[in-house]
Amino acid sequence: MQLDDLYRRVIMDHYKNPRNRGKFEDDGVTIELNNPTCGDKISLQLQVQDGKVANARFVGEGCSISLSSASMMTDAVKGKTLEEAVAMAEQFSGMMKGEPAEFEYEDIEALSGVNKFPARIKCAMLAWNALRKGVEQADRG
Amino acid sequence: MNAAQIRELFPILNQEVNGHPLIYLDSAATSQKPRSVIEALKHYYETDNANVHRGVHTLGSRATDAYEGAREKLARFINAKSSQEIIFTRGTTAAINLAATSYARSVLSEGDEIVLTPMEHHSNLIPWQQAAKATGATLKYIPLQDDGTIRLEDAAAAITNRTKVVAMTYVSNVLGTVNPVKEVAALAHKHGAVILVDGAQSTPHLKVDMQDLDCDFYALSAHKMCGPTGIGALYGKKALLEKMEPVEFGGEMIDHVDLYESTWKELPWKFEGGTPVIAGAIGLGAAIDFLEQVGMDEIHQHGVQLAAYALDRLSRLDDIAIYGPREGRAGLVTFNLGDIHPHDVSTVLDAEGIAIRAGHHCCQPLMRILNVTATARASFYLYNTEEDIDRLADGLIRTKEFFGHAIG
Ligand SMILES: Cc1ncc(COP(=O)(O)O)c(C=O)c1O
Repeated sequence: MQLDDLYRRVIMDHYKNPRNRGKFEDDGVTIELNNPTCGDKISLQLQVQDGKVANARFVGEGCSISLSSASMMTDAVKGKTLEEAVAMAEQFSGMMKGEPAEFEYEDIEALSGVNKFPARIKCAMLAWNALRKGVEQADRG
Repeated sequence: MNAAQIRELFPILNQEVNGHPLIYLDSAATSQKPRSVIEALKHYYETDNANVHRGVHTLGSRATDAYEGAREKLARFINAKSSQEIIFTRGTTAAINLAATSYARSVLSEGDEIVLTPMEHHSNLIPWQQAAKATGATLKYIPLQDDGTIRLEDAAAAITNRTKVVAMTYVSNVLGTVNPVKEVAALAHKHGAVILVDGAQSTPHLKVDMQDLDCDFYALSAHKMCGPTGIGALYGKKALLEKMEPVEFGGEMIDHVDLYESTWKELPWKFEGGTPVIAGAIGLGAAIDFLEQVGMDEIHQHGVQLAAYALDRLSRLDDIAIYGPREGRAGLVTFNLGDIHPHDVSTVLDAEGIAIRAGHHCCQPLMRILNVTATARASFYLYNTEEDIDRLADGLIRTKEFFGHAIG
């Protein structure tokens, strides 16, 4: 078990300098998600226009993995259609199961090491699960 | 007591994890099992396995004797007046739910109060929230002091003639606080209320005495005291248990069954519907034998010493926050290391073979009072040594280095 596989520099950078952290003035779709086993929390806001994610922000409490994952996700989905966003979440979930994955937003690939730390997969998934819920909500509403 | 020798009796502790000798510091979540308990389970399945209280064949009698023998051992271990006061359950959670459902819901009504502390495990909180919702009773909390203790005068103020139930943990699984349950029991009784004591963390570490504490209900789990998972008990005073209705109905718990009506067996069996956790109870009996052989006073002393040692060792680290009382705590230390999330602390320690717990420890309301979302917890038992704590402290220093380095 190599800690450096998990805590890559990119991850630490997102953890220390999270992108898109904070709330919008006029909220779009808001999703609150908890990780009940460990107490991590995310509140994700998506602004959807013309079937695309115009903007995404989050506030949350959690470990380096869950926060860096949220930081990357919110950056990566900007400008994507809802379908593309869901596909990206699927791909991310596959990567957590050890499937090879490539992302246009390459930082995300640094999280592939989480796969070797089963206890931490749910941390990495939290933001992406919130994204899936957010898209469902946007679709409905 | 020689912890290093005791460790040899626990097969699981003799292994490497991630290339390092395992240091298990998560016994408050579940303890490891000595060889004698594992052997007792094996012996039961290899020689005595049969259903209990049914049939008249030899194996059936052996299994029944062993199962009921375990009940008697537990009754003696916690100094109940009689083994009829011991109801086997799946564990502490199930025991509290049984009391909250069968006893509390039948006595509670609108305007009644249930008194709790903010340090309760979700298992000793949610059953009462649900009982309150079902009956119109309200919950009331004895406030927590900054040092993680409760004051008797606050308990005295909270408990009034409206109080029907007081529910309180003996030992906090987060703070290590040992609550004055005997004194609170006296307060409850003065107002005609009953007290349920959550004994999940106390039974493994302290000599507990039902008659001395004079509590009305007491819940415990075998898996935290060297026994198997899936078994625990609700102790209840006989007079109360007799008045209570079963909550699970079926085989084993009946006296006479007609097409439209049935009657129940006497105590304790009326609460044990279905085939019970026979092997588990026998394993619990073996765990009690083991603990008594070592000596509960010695185990208690050892836990207190290790907690004091850990408190001293860890409080020397830079930037560490330690929660709970400085004095008189049971065998655990809960902390946060700077702004490094406990998950990250735990992952780095795990890479060194050190197992600690990270999270909210099933105490979300308490986490809010401590103003954190999660904490790290190292908990100790009879097989842990001061060297384990030295390794933890060294591991924490490296965690800080690692994160300083990784972040910088
Ligand atoms: C104080 C306390 N109460 C209740 C429980 C619940 O015990 P169990 O999960 O064995 O039912 C625990 C264990 O996690 C505990 O520490």
